[in-house]
Amino acid sequence: MSWTKKVLRINLTKGTCKSEPLNMEWAEQFLGQRGLATKYLTEEVPPKTDPLSPENTMYLITGPLTGTMASTAGRYSVVTKSPLTGVIACSNSGGFFGNEMKCAGWDMVILEGKAKSPVYIHIDDDDAQILPADEIWGKSVWEADEWLHAKHQDPQLRVAAVGVSAEKGVLYAGIINDLHRAAGRSGVGTVMASKNVKAVTIRGSKGVSVDDPKAFFEATTAAKKILAENPVTGEGLPALGTQVLMNVINETGAMPTHNWKHSVFEGASKISGEAMLEARDTDGKPNLTRNAGCFACTISCGRISTINPEHFSVQNKDDLHKSYAGNSGGLEYEAAWALGSDTGIDDLDALTYAQFVCNEQGIDPISLGSTIAAAMEMFEEGFITTKDTDGIDLKFGNAEALVKCTELVGKGEGFGAELGQGSAKFCAKHGHPELSMTVRGQEFPAYDPRGIQGMGLGYATSNRGACHLRGYTVASEVLGIPIKTDPLETEGKAGLQIAFQNATAAFDSAGICIFTSFAWSLEDVAPQLNAACEGEWTVERLGEIGERIWNLERLYNEAAGFGGASDTLPPRLLKEGATSGPAEGKVSGLATMLPEYYAERGWAKDGSVTKETKARLGL
Amino acid sequence: MQMSLVIDANKCTGCLQCEMACSYEGEGVFNPTKSRIKIFPFHDEGIFVPYTCTQCDEAWCMHACPVEAIVINKATGAKEIVNDLCVGCKVCTIACPFGTVNYNADSGKVIKCDLCGGDPECAKACPTDAITYQDANWTGYDKMKDYAAKAVPAS
Repeated sequence: MSWTKKVLRINLTKGTCKSEPLNMEWAEQFLGQRGLATKYLTEEVPPKTDPLSPENTMYLITGPLTGTMASTAGRYSVVTKSPLTGVIACSNSGGFFGNEMKCAGWDMVILEGKAKSPVYIHIDDDDAQILPADEIWGKSVWEADEWLHAKHQDPQLRVAAVGVSAEKGVLYAGIINDLHRAAGRSGVGTVMASKNVKAVTIRGSKGVSVDDPKAFFEATTAAKKILAENPVTGEGLPALGTQVLMNVINETGAMPTHNWKHSVFEGASKISGEAMLEARDTDGKPNLTRNAGCFACTISCGRISTINPEHFSVQNKDDLHKSYAGNSGGLEYEAAWALGSDTGIDDLDALTYAQFVCNEQGIDPISLGSTIAAAMEMFEEGFITTKDTDGIDLKFGNAEALVKCTELVGKGEGFGAELGQGSAKFCAKHGHPELSMTVRGQEFPAYDPRGIQGMGLGYATSNRGACHLRGYTVASEVLGIPIKTDPLETEGKAGLQIAFQNATAAFDSAGICIFTSFAWSLEDVAPQLNAACEGEWTVERLGEIGERIWNLERLYNEAAGFGGASDTLPPRLLKEGATSGPAEGKVSGLATMLPEYYAERGWAKDGSVTKETKARLGL
Repeated sequence: MQMSLVIDANKCTGCLQCEMACSYEGEGVFNPTKSRIKIFPFHDEGIFVPYTCTQCDEAWCMHACPVEAIVINKATGAKEIVNDLCVGCKVCTIACPFGTVNYNADSGKVIKCDLCGGDPECAKACPTDAITYQDANWTGYDKMKDYAAKAVPAS
């Protein structure tokens, strides 16, 4: 305990579902979730494997705390080799799918090979079946969800599915569970669709036990109190969701807009969390209906929203799913930034509509918005024309263009299929690779590293390509957690990034949400794990596990051909100073931070992991 | 003083902490399927509704039981199942108009909310006060106060 110690291995080529014991030796070294699946991937999938071939394998995995009463303990991750980046993909999702997998008695579900025709996996406690999905292939996530619930006559069935975008080969398609929670990044949905798998459905009735229930109850209750009393997890996130950041980051001068030409967005307040609370003129309702919590979450940053019924995006569209006229998963900060600020669009309803489409068709809104923003710059510069865009007037600030592009990517049709290749491939194809705001082929999240220096180092070294969820030094540089550092300074940021990266890997691998780390340190996680699991789980051990995970991911990427040479940023961030705001004139100080980072990691000057470091971590 | 569970669906975020607390208290395991309080999400309407036994005074389940296995806890007013007497006939599950008495196939007995002997775990686990445990005579007090406040002119 609190692993179920059972793995469900599904071979789609052979059509077999087999139970096997979890490798507990690896669990001791890598804990669970992100770390443990990384170990399985690196042992089973050669680094040069074509991500969309049957030889790639995907791991849907929970952590030891998943399915328990620890706050936010509903998380699962999908680990595989990414078709967007060519490096390791690890996308983490909330909702109610991870806990259901655990409740059904499985730590992990492995999908290997490729089915001959469309299938879905149905798991009911010990029973697992591969069932035909021809009737839902070509349908959206929401339609597939309805069909599966109706077929199994079970309102409590938990569904994770891919949309049409994944089937059509959009390289940043995600897996959507519970209608609007996403394992969103790096194209994990594309990999699932490449295996002819439309969905995984789970029903669990076994429950999850812990090693020392009394100690666990005490530890989780104390930890929940810390979350409730913290200004970020107890006030900011419940009140405004992740969108609490929109105005804050804009004021910091780190809000990328117009494909990162500028870093202060005039329209930020119109698409902010505060704006989501304002009543509309038409029906008197605000955009936000209420908070939604993922499983066991006592923070509840999730948003349930509606679209203005008179907004152009929902007018004269007879075939729209009924949820566009009702409530569904609303805007998160990253989506609002990518679909809005980066494209120069300040139309809250257009962004909410685009977010709904991303949920319905399983698209990563960060990569989508960033790719559209890059295409907009190419369009305004004359590098592409309406002949390339299916006639869409792709100017910055054009909400109609955003809506149309999102629909096309959702269906993987026409210009949407091109945008679906991601900004790196799109910009390269049209002769301007320098305009792609990516690292290792993955689009940036919503923090300009010219204004938050630590994030530049984080993007350049992130093992899944540019990402905010691998080392969120924004917490320190902007919010002062756990200590305030100057966002414009590079000094000390190498050590800060390393500390965040290692701790994050441990948080992820426990099966809890990284948002708890606004209030919790590993000092708060360790007692919960220690009570839940057999063995001794100390802060030191968790720190070492985090470092071990980071290095293992790095080694896999190196072997895949993405070592130190790919630890860089687009020229715009290294050469063009920020045009306004607190960071005006500043570029990213990556060149200063990177050598320090390598040294502190115990890596060679070229960024390769040394023998000594490997030996120290038991790799 | 008799207390009762008070539910405010408008405060519920659907996190299921209450279901976990309930299944843990009742069955010693974290398992929503074994919870005696259930959260029902209504997706299109954007609302989550917690639902459990309201401890009727003239409880249908208690009157229907042929072996008198449902008894009143005099301290809390809860209608409790006496496991040693329950024969698993499920007549109480039919009698209850609200569906809040349920059969547990693992034990062969029925289960229902027993107010945890007067200290309900669901209310303690709820992070948003959507479930509270209050003086039974004043269960509408907060709602009354909210409506009364609407008569106060804005200052």
